[in-house]
Amino acid sequence: MAEMTLIDAIRQAMDEELARDKRVFIVGEDVGPRGGVFRATMGLHAKYGGDRVVDSPLAELSIIAIGIGAALDGLHPICEIQFADFIHPAFNQIVNEAAKLTYRSGGTWNVPMTIRAPYGGGISGGLYHSQSLEALFAHVPGLKIVIPSNPYDAKGLLKSAVREPNPVLFFEPKKGYRLIKGDVPDGDYTVPIGPAKVTREGADLSVFTYGMMHFYCLQAAEEVAKEDVSVEVVDLRTILPVDKQTILESVKKTSKALIVHEDTLTMGYGAEVAAIIAGEALEYLDGPVMRLGGPDVPAVPFSHPLQDWFMPNPKKIAEAIRKLARY
Amino acid sequence: MTTTSLAAETDISAGITPDRLLDMYYKMLLSRRLDERMWVLHRQGKIAFHISGLGQEGAQVGAAFALKPGFDFVHPYYRDMALVISLGVTPRELMLAVYGKQGEPSSGARQMPAHYGSRKLNIVSGSSPVATQVPQAAGIAFGELYKRKVGLAAPDAELPVVLTCLGEGSTSQGDFHEALTWAGVYKLPLVVMVENNLYAISVPINKQSAVTDVADRACAYGVVGVSVDGNDCVATYTVMKEAVERARSGGGTTLLEAKTYRPVPHSSDDDDRSYRTREEVEGWKKKDPILRAQVFLMEQGILNERLSQEYDERIAAEVDDANKFAEEQPSPEVEWGMGPVYA
Amino acid sequence: MATQIVMPQLGESVIEGKVSRWLKQEGDAVKQYEPILEVETDKVTTEVTAADSGTLLQILVAEGLVVKAGTPLAVIGQPGEAVPVGAGLVPTQTGHAVAAPQMATVGAGLVSAQAAAPRVSPVVAKIAAEYNVDVSQVHGTSEGGRVTKKDILAFVENQSQVAGRKEELPPWEQPGTGDLFKPTEEVYAPTPAAVPQPSTLHAPPSTALPGDELMPLSSMRRSIGEHMVRSKTVSPHVTTVFEVDMSRVVAHREANKAAFERDGARLTFTPYFVAASVVALKAYPQVNSSFTDEGLLLHKQINIGVAVSLGEEGLIVPVIKGADGMSLLGLAREVSDLAERARNKQLKPDDVVGSTFTITNHGISGSLFATPIINQPNVGILGVGAIQKRVVVLGDAIAIRPMVYIGLTFDHRVLDGASADWFVAKIKEALEKWA
Repeated sequence: MAEMTLIDAIRQAMDEELARDKRVFIVGEDVGPRGGVFRATMGLHAKYGGDRVVDSPLAELSIIAIGIGAALDGLHPICEIQFADFIHPAFNQIVNEAAKLTYRSGGTWNVPMTIRAPYGGGISGGLYHSQSLEALFAHVPGLKIVIPSNPYDAKGLLKSAVREPNPVLFFEPKKGYRLIKGDVPDGDYTVPIGPAKVTREGADLSVFTYGMMHFYCLQAAEEVAKEDVSVEVVDLRTILPVDKQTILESVKKTSKALIVHEDTLTMGYGAEVAAIIAGEALEYLDGPVMRLGGPDVPAVPFSHPLQDWFMPNPKKIAEAIRKLARY
Repeated sequence: MTTTSLAAETDISAGITPDRLLDMYYKMLLSRRLDERMWVLHRQGKIAFHISGLGQEGAQVGAAFALKPGFDFVHPYYRDMALVISLGVTPRELMLAVYGKQGEPSSGARQMPAHYGSRKLNIVSGSSPVATQVPQAAGIAFGELYKRKVGLAAPDAELPVVLTCLGEGSTSQGDFHEALTWAGVYKLPLVVMVENNLYAISVPINKQSAVTDVADRACAYGVVGVSVDGNDCVATYTVMKEAVERARSGGGTTLLEAKTYRPVPHSSDDDDRSYRTREEVEGWKKKDPILRAQVFLMEQGILNERLSQEYDERIAAEVDDANKFAEEQPSPEVEWGMGPVYA
Repeated sequence: MATQIVMPQLGESVIEGKVSRWLKQEGDAVKQYEPILEVETDKVTTEVTAADSGTLLQILVAEGLVVKAGTPLAVIGQPGEAVPVGAGLVPTQTGHAVAAPQMATVGAGLVSAQAAAPRVSPVVAKIAAEYNVDVSQVHGTSEGGRVTKKDILAFVENQSQVAGRKEELPPWEQPGTGDLFKPTEEVYAPTPAAVPQPSTLHAPPSTALPGDELMPLSSMRRSIGEHMVRSKTVSPHVTTVFEVDMSRVVAHREANKAAFERDGARLTFTPYFVAASVVALKAYPQVNSSFTDEGLLLHKQINIGVAVSLGEEGLIVPVIKGADGMSLLGLAREVSDLAERARNKQLKPDDVVGSTFTITNHGISGSLFATPIINQPNVGILGVGAIQKRVVVLGDAIAIRPMVYIGLTFDHRVLDGASADWFVAKIKEALEKWA
């Protein structure tokens, strides 16, 4: 057991998987000697060589498509997209190909591929280094989407993703790479893809969240606890498939629901969770289902005050909790 | 005859026995007659859609015969009926696809017809967005090299070759470009066969590319480029064989341009009168690959009237059998629409 | 055994076609799938292919003639086989005997006309020379098969139309419509009618008045129209009406509505009528049947079609399969699910086939009783009117009860007044004794 940062846990997962199974390899821009622009793969090229930690051309479509081909050939590629914002050229290959190969071949072909990408804002990255894309891809059956909020889950979920026989998008909250620390066991363990986790028990209100926002929601919950508001925090962890059961159980318990994500509000993932709650837990609600998300502008602006205006933070979350608690 | 027979320098002692030549001829003709029957079925309102490979049989059969079916990989495109027949897909299976019936092996009739796929024949399931198959094919080739580099396969184990096919229009897609980038850098055991039939639906090649010979683009990626008369099945076989040898021996990728023509409309409801003349189509019909093969084989004394007639009859019987079989199969159960979504 | 080639239905709204050119002559061998003639409408020209191999024994309809879809055009069989004319003729793929229409004698006339040299009048000879026509190829409509001036002019006119098209082009050389994808309903050819039908939606001569606006028929409207006309043509319709006291049903519904709601089912009156019909169908299985020439086909399954109005668009009849195995709750669920999906256009093809009996709740729109049209191939349809409180006489006292008229419109080929009444009486009994 050791305390480590989110990015360290991710690296440790890849290290152990590369050691465990020769079919696993990493491909992406600058992942080799450079170790990745966030140093997610630091040291791995030296340890495993350039055949297993492959520097790709500057061509995201091909990073994914080569990954698909390798996966069809029985390998387990980990494809890194340098920033989630740059995944769009590969959208066709992800949505039309990776997601649909199992269905369209009647299960005779499948794509055991992991796509890792740092996502989210708050690092002065502006429009094209801060995007959240989970909502876009969550609409595509055939994909799985995972967003860890802490080092323990990050290592366990990434290992599960690598072993998963289906394409998994693994979005990493980049603001939390070094900010979020936690204890991580040595050696092999997995966290299953699918189940959400109640990370803080509460009675008055349920907050459903993931990624960097989970970190902030815990802080906000502590804050409002001083005002006698008991908040239950649920870390969704797996965006697709949705863990309806945990969500509904929590709502049945507290009767109030707030969903928090940094993605823009309209058509964000919160809309789906809200629809599930409204559709299947109506009799248990004691207040409207609320969502807190980024404003509906094309992307996160760069200048510090503009970025702060965009991003949810513990203060804004606490305010939203209070408002719903008062209802 | 006014038809042009096959390349004069075709050396039939260089690896193609008369039996194999006859087999190539049979497969081209079988594909042709199946294709024609599918047009008839569409006009009768019995099938919803047909997209034809008519006219391109020479390139496809020539290429397929240079491969090892079930060992090498193929990631074809939607006109490749003659190619997949040569690899082992049966007329009954093809008819199940156009009728959308239960038991259709590529996709359980979830996909439109001509979206070939077969795990046992190593034909990768394809989709409709064009050119997506090319970088995936490169990925498979990359995977096979990878296995030998890291010890998942013996370093001297025979290298499977990956053949992927597309039309010249699809070479405009970014996927094509990115695939060849990898192919050049990693010397992938890959053959990218462009079946240049001069039209992408209605758009002629001069609007598609400033480069007339697709093979000329190969040098931009550091791969070998070869152009061949795609309506000459023997010539195509010969260059394909070289490309396969090159790939297997570590020489890397070949961009193989098979020059051919599409004498039929793009698909069953296309109207090609608006974008080309009848004279052009008639001119190309004289260079039909099956006609040319027939003339060549007769001149070589490999094919005669009696055998040709026998083939016609056998093929007609195969087509009728496949048609009847598919027509009698039930439609898939509605539950088949539900999955599998995940492996 | 000799088989017929019939005029196909060349389009959804196309009910006749012209025999434009015979590609084979009588006595020619034909192979399955081989084109044997060309037929034409104002929309489409197509080849008709042989369904079987054999010899073209007899051509029944000559070139240039326009006949309805389903009309026999030719007979294919073994050489030398006798070709029965009339009721004994076996049609292709339909299972219904079709009496060969007068065309057969016309065909016979054509055969004999070809055997002997035709009598050619001077004007016919002149026209023949001018247009280079072989008179023996022309069908003669006059006595003894003589070619008249009118006949040869029609032939010439037809030939020029034929010549104007490309000769014998295979389908892959004939361009398509240009729209690469069309709605699926338009993509597949409709199957020809099981029994050759007289003109269904053939409009009578124009009744247009100044200021009229033509509202095109939707395909749903057309197909409802065709079905209704066909049903009336095929089945002799008779209706018998009973009045039912719905008190116990009303009470049961009041008592159970809330509980059903909690179990996820809206309890309307329809499930009760379905359940009562099931009881009656079990007691009188000949109502759960379909008429065929070979006999009355008694259905084992009890599948109840429930007509759902789609407002101005039309109506559709989703089917409750295996209604006899369902409780009232199950029926309530099914009814509301099917109605909901019908209105949201989410019915699957399977949902609207396979009924063995149908119920139509015309009372919803206020009607007291009606005489609906049988949903083929059922032999009866139950019409349910509006439930209204009425003054009734019980014993010698006046009472107010919720009453409803239920009418069974039945196929008189299968049921008579008495048997129909017993059936409806059973429904009445089931409803009036509801517990």
